Amino acid sequence: MSFDPYASSRETTEGRVYSVTGGDWDELSTEIGATKEERVVVNMGPQHPSTHGVLRLILELEGETVTEARCGIGYLHTGIEKNTEYRTWTQGVTYVTRMDYLAPIFNETAYCMSVEKLLGITDQIPERAQVIRVMMMELNRISSHMVCFGTGGLELGALTPIFFAFRDRETVLDIFEEVSGLRMNMAYIRPGGVAQDVPADAVSRIREACRDMRKSFKDNETLLVGNSIWMKRTKDVGYLDLAGCMTLGVTGPILRAAGMPWDLRKSQPYSGYENYNFDVITTDTSDAYGRFLVRLGELEQSLRIIEQCCDFLDKLNGAPVMVADKKIAWPAQLSVSADGMGNSLAHIREIMGESMEALIHHFKIVTEGFRVPAGQAYAAVESPRGETGVHTVSDGGTRPYRVHFREPSFNNLQSTAAMCEGGMIADVISAVASIDPVMGGVDR
Amino acid sequence: MGLEEKLPSGIMLTTVEKLAGYIRKTSLWPASFGLACCAIEMMATTTAKYDLSRFGMEVFRGSPRQADLMIVAGRLSNKMAPVLRQIYDQMAGPKWVLAMGACASSGGMFNNYAIVQGVDHIVPVDIYLPGCPPRPEMLIDAIIKLHEQISDTKLGSNRAQIIREVEAAALAAKPVHQITGLLA
Repeated sequence: MSFDPYASSRETTEGRVYSVTGGDWDELSTEIGATKEERVVVNMGPQHPSTHGVLRLILELEGETVTEARCGIGYLHTGIEKNTEYRTWTQGVTYVTRMDYLAPIFNETAYCMSVEKLLGITDQIPERAQVIRVMMMELNRISSHMVCFGTGGLELGALTPIFFAFRDRETVLDIFEEVSGLRMNMAYIRPGGVAQDVPADAVSRIREACRDMRKSFKDNETLLVGNSIWMKRTKDVGYLDLAGCMTLGVTGPILRAAGMPWDLRKSQPYSGYENYNFDVITTDTSDAYGRFLVRLGELEQSLRIIEQCCDFLDKLNGAPVMVADKKIAWPAQLSVSADGMGNSLAHIREIMGESMEALIHHFKIVTEGFRVPAGQAYAAVESPRGETGVHTVSDGGTRPYRVHFREPSFNNLQSTAAMCEGGMIADVISAVASIDPVMGGVDR
Repeated sequence: MGLEEKLPSGIMLTTVEKLAGYIRKTSLWPASFGLACCAIEMMATTTAKYDLSRFGMEVFRGSPRQADLMIVAGRLSNKMAPVLRQIYDQMAGPKWVLAMGACASSGGMFNNYAIVQGVDHIVPVDIYLPGCPPRPEMLIDAIIKLHEQISDTKLGSNRAQIIREVEAAALAAKPVHQITGLLA
């Protein structure tokens, strides 16, 4: 039997007995002494509670100092981009929402924006649909940042932030559920608009939730801002200056924490972001603490935008939420009832009992989908982690020829080496937590 | 696993079974092993609103060697599959596996080159939980159902008897191609 360094075994009368007391240290130390180099390569992950999902870090250590850090990715590769090529343009939303699973609305919006660009209907999207998109995106930004604080805290050994953070996240998820029928992976944004209008009483409830959250955000703020342990773990840790960010294509809070006010919502407005008043939060510390402060500041800005959205929604009450072109729009108003989301009963009555043409049209657009003119388009939104861009290519058919995502998590993750090398091994955790990569987005 | 497996069949064994089942179900230690979207809902289950600690199992262990319940939360890619198996092998028995969500149970919507079509290809699964992702309440429900399953577990010769009966029933069952029903 081969020697197992983790569990040596010996034969007894009762059968084989394993002892899991660990390796033989004398043997190990003589073995290490025999080699000329004193470096130790440590493999962290893919199953490690502090690596933010199934991220694998390969660290070369000298004592406790990291001399080289490399990321091993691909443990969550799902083939989502390939899958979309076998589904209609509308069904693609269902797939892309599961990429960066903490920011589903952003994936959907970016994808739909690029499809709309290909269709040439960007300026025909109803205003109410745009407002709903903005509102859902900003709510999603809050829920995503909350997971960042919660898991980031857990990774640094702080157990309390997650309870405050997930409490506020639940507030947002309740709104999502009321509006779209689902807590996560909603597939709510569709090419041409949104799946359905927000319920009548949702706006007042969202206003109320904003008031509540503004108060409850204070809990994590007072807990962590200026907290000496938190500062020691994050200040001057994971340093990446503006030049480094630009070289590595880093976007989002990391870039803004390096002092550059680059936010696509301001610099390349989409979905009507130019109509909202909000500030781009920046710090100039370029460290993990600065990124934390940027995210904290963005929460308040998101609340400001959501409140303005509520005002717009009140003004646009009853306006359409889907493009007028019946060749693109989903044939039915969807509605949420006791058994989930589905076609409204009025529509079922029409197609099953009243109009044969309506039935044919419904059948065609639901099963075959709509055709998109051949060409390619790129659309980008500012997701909680940076620029989420979608490059779609159409060959003129009812299915995408190619859908490629520029996921900010993927681009930001390549800054790990620049942030971690030369630092302590414990600071790797802070640095990765401050990048806040979502492996679903990195690997797709 | 130990001495209890060697008891003769009878009152003594059934008593030990009940005791062991009760103790095992009330001290489940999940491994903190998250893959994708479901892992976020799993985390939500442990936080204040859903509060998994009501069932005495909020302490997710970082090391699989200290855990006896693996919640496979999310889609399992081919690249991750050997890692999952290794983690499962590192867990000390008796151990249980909960396949959380559609992807872990069957591959879900990702029927493609990258995703294992159900983790039961890699590890034995004790309970499947549908949903994409399942709500935290659904996870709690699955865990309670698993508790029942654990507390009813037979040991030693009783277990061997059940295995024999199940196998005999499977051998006696009609082959699928001979089954006729509503569709045939």
